Amino acid sequence: MANQVRTGTPAWQLVLAWAWVGIPLALGVIQTIINSLKLFQ
Amino acid sequence: MSLFSFLDRNHTIAKPGFSRWMVPPAALCIHLCIGQAYAFSVFNLPMTKLIGITQSAPNDWNIPELGWIFSIAIFVLGFSAAIFGRWVEEGGPRRAMFTAALCWSIGFFISAFGVYIHNLWVVYFGYGLVGGCGLGIGYISPVSTLIKWFPDRPGMATGMAIMGFGGGAFIASPLSVWLMSKFSTPTHVGVAETFIVMGAIYFVFMMVGAFIVRLPAPGWKPEGYIAPVQASKLITTNDVYVYDALKTPQFWFIWIVLCINVTAGIGVLGQASAMSQEMFPGKITAVAAAGFVGLLSLFNMLGRFFWASTSDYIGRKNTYFCFMVLGFLMYCLVPYTGSIGSVVGFVLCFLVIITMYGGGFATVPAYLKDMFGTRYVGAIHGMLITAWSMAGIFGPVLVNYIREYNITHGVPKAQAYNITMYIMAGLFVIGFIANALIKAVHHRFHMQPEHEAISGQLAVDAAGEPTGA
Repeated sequence: MANQVRTGTPAWQLVLAWAWVGIPLALGVIQTIINSLKLFQ
Repeated sequence: MSLFSFLDRNHTIAKPGFSRWMVPPAALCIHLCIGQAYAFSVFNLPMTKLIGITQSAPNDWNIPELGWIFSIAIFVLGFSAAIFGRWVEEGGPRRAMFTAALCWSIGFFISAFGVYIHNLWVVYFGYGLVGGCGLGIGYISPVSTLIKWFPDRPGMATGMAIMGFGGGAFIASPLSVWLMSKFSTPTHVGVAETFIVMGAIYFVFMMVGAFIVRLPAPGWKPEGYIAPVQASKLITTNDVYVYDALKTPQFWFIWIVLCINVTAGIGVLGQASAMSQEMFPGKITAVAAAGFVGLLSLFNMLGRFFWASTSDYIGRKNTYFCFMVLGFLMYCLVPYTGSIGSVVGFVLCFLVIITMYGGGFATVPAYLKDMFGTRYVGAIHGMLITAWSMAGIFGPVLVNYIREYNITHGVPKAQAYNITMYIMAGLFVIGFIANALIKAVHHRFHMQPEHEAISGQLAVDAAGEPTGA
């Protein structure tokens, strides 16, 4: 039984799942990078 | 009972065509939430002013008392992972994720009540004990599932999830501060309400993970992947039963290696701000030190993905050799960077060290899978997490107490950490030897085919499925 990425799970579900975790993480990382820049000021 | 049948292991088996790339986000849903633990310190200061509001009143809690909340949670994390590891493995990922979500959110609600009635023991019980169980169960719940979905890249897969644990603080820290600002009034700090909202948010977020997680169907393998028939030198094709793994020297060598790697990193993470300011007085201000701590957290997260993914190419044992050798060199260099006043050198050394701290956590599930097979890797991982609990005590003790000892014996603050750095470097030598001693597990520990069949049946029974169906 092989993995059938293209024919199985719809792309929108994949995008939604990754956005659900990716957006908050990205926002947090950006905020942390902004705070980290204080080290170089 | 049927109300919760959706949690059963057999209800989480993926239908044909399910994309395995849905599983890392499911794992991240859990790890991003429980990673909040790293950001708990944002509550420390507000919780010292629950009565006094603007400043601490005599009956307010103090920082050392509050520090125990995090310590208890991390201690319980290790031991709940060890105790519930086999249950997590046999009950399936959805049941474990659901339980973790319940414990984690209820832990927040109990803590909110503790804050409301101003009873610290209730907070210890809520966040430390109940929340700590959520941490332990949540931490190991997606590990073996990811390894089963990504047999071709187990390091990368578990690295992605465990990266989430490092990244959880990035979300929790600003969220906590923002919520407290919304709930605070001139007569109220707003911590209890923040706990309630965060508990509710985390429950929803983690349940999304529990709903989308799936186990691969028996016999599934990625397209184009050919499973090795013969075991290579350090990658077994057999399975070892969870309690038999404890009888192998390999388990304890990996335990020592992980404990040393975590000891080296955790002491630094906890004291980074003070250490950087004391080693470079006048050069690193309090604001810059806060930036340094943020940078460490970022590299801690990135190291998890980088090193775990790299281990798929260079092997787990070689990855840990890199940690031990680089760690030794970096810790030997730190006192030198202090003596020549090189802030850049100091920062670079600790950024490398902290990537390896995170990398050690993220690579170890795949190391265990290589040694003991996939069948009980989650449960064995749970047992191994006790190394983290122990390191949580060793690391801060090494850094804090030796610093205190040096300062009371007249050593200047800028040099008070030097001995600790050399002790850490020495620990890496021990870790190097322990890693070098790791060989393939003796075949007498391998599960026999009939035992595999029985354990598989037990797993089905544990999941509440009719055995003859």
